[in-house]
Amino acid sequence: MRAFTYERATTAQAAAKAAAANPEAKFIAGGTNILDLMKLEIEHPAHLIDINGVGLDKIETTSDGGLRIGALVRNTDLASDETVRRDYGLLTRALVAGASGQLRNKATTAGNLLQRTRCPYFYDTNQPCNKRQPGSGCSALGGFSRQHAVVGSSESCIATHPSDMAVAMRALDATVETVNGDGRSRAIPIADFHRLPGDTPHIETVLEPGEFITAVTLPKPIGGKHIYRKVRDRASYAFALVSVAAVIQPDGTGRVAVGGVAHKPWRTGSGDRELKSGAKAASAALLGDARPTEQNRFKITLVERTIGAVIAEARG
Amino acid sequence: MRDHSHLELSRRDLLVSSAAAIAVTGVAAKGAAAQSSGEEMNFKTSVSFKVNGEMRDLELDNRTSLLDALREHLHLTGTKKGCDHGQCGACTVMVDGRRINSCLTLAVMHDGDEVTTIEGLGQPGNLHPMQAAFIKHDGFQCGYCTPGQICSSVAVLEEIKSNIPSHATADISAKVEVTAAEVRERMSGNICRCGAYSNILDAIAEVGGIEA
Repeated sequence: MRAFTYERATTAQAAAKAAAANPEAKFIAGGTNILDLMKLEIEHPAHLIDINGVGLDKIETTSDGGLRIGALVRNTDLASDETVRRDYGLLTRALVAGASGQLRNKATTAGNLLQRTRCPYFYDTNQPCNKRQPGSGCSALGGFSRQHAVVGSSESCIATHPSDMAVAMRALDATVETVNGDGRSRAIPIADFHRLPGDTPHIETVLEPGEFITAVTLPKPIGGKHIYRKVRDRASYAFALVSVAAVIQPDGTGRVAVGGVAHKPWRTGSGDRELKSGAKAASAALLGDARPTEQNRFKITLVERTIGAVIAEARG
Repeated sequence: MRDHSHLELSRRDLLVSSAAAIAVTGVAAKGAAAQSSGEEMNFKTSVSFKVNGEMRDLELDNRTSLLDALREHLHLTGTKKGCDHGQCGACTVMVDGRRINSCLTLAVMHDGDEVTTIEGLGQPGNLHPMQAAFIKHDGFQCGYCTPGQICSSVAVLEEIKSNIPSHATADISAKVEVTAAEVRERMSGNICRCGAYSNILDAIAEVGGIEA
């Protein structure tokens, strides 16, 4: 790990200001992803801003009947929250499907959204990777691509976003709230928060330099059956091959987002509309533009079958 | 003879590469010294936290993980370094009552915290019930993952008691029950290369009061 200087921030805006003033700085909260990457020198910030002291660790109801989740709320606390379990069960289900108990005790809401891909070529510093070193090439395209993206990918990058939580938040129409170094705040719909790789896969979100996530808000509860189904190589503690987050109403209509298939949680208007027509139609609508590799073509069938299982579970 | 000359060659190559490594290290060290004296960069931070009930004050290189602070600076070597990437769970300790991977957190991020390691759970002659149960049920073979397994086990039973749900929880709106399935799922962040899992589960089941 390369040497770095360190400071403890006490307010969100002070943290954002410090980050805006130093392009070599990064925030650290739970640390479970950034420290892993720093040990491998994939991330090498010259300065770390510890944001564990800024507060923002509460879950509160909003004036319109929704929920505001502080950026520093730990994954364990979010999954355990009574309101979340009752009204946004999808989110609890997604959270407990990810990582291990130890990691969930540290990992934060904002950090989970910002975690980086687990593409093995991104992690292997001996291999070209456009995300790690822009312009160096993509090793996954001609390499082992079983785990990689099938939709929304580019000639530059076929990495997936690894989060389970973010897939549930996409289905729940979450909004990411931020503050800037100069005090400006804004609200970013989660649909727009993560970027597709295009020819700049190293830019993963729409956040500006130094922009600080303060909270994630959820609109008021929409009822329905909340189901998160994750398919992976091990029964526990493994990233998704594919995952399906769905909220299905008694009449069969609903929302569906898919994880493990793209550079961001994947949801389309057509996928939602076709959900009541069944798994085949919904899956075709979601993945109609898919461009899989020979090794990950199976994900298209797997998504259809997983949506089928979710619909069957919703019917009970 | 051919084998012998091959060995000679390898040894010479090794010596050459070692010398090169020493030279590179020397240059790097000089560079680092010049940087720190020239710009007043502070790569160290003071931190105070309680470990097993005792207050400890340290001044550490910012890079020091909590794991390395415990092992290398406080000489509490019960906590083990396995993968050093949060994948194996050998480094599991409790911070403010919660289990975490001590390898994936910086020591300087724990100012004011209370850390409990395997040494704090129990000592020879005064074992924690979980330590005694691991011995009784032969919940280990080589023992390297054991401190992490035991810290995790103690925390897992507390998590179930505190009604924290898991992937194995059938109904997340009901009270979480202490079952073997819950324990298995929650222990997935602790890898045992010897494969003592069934005996580890027996030990936790006894302490947790799970019917076999």
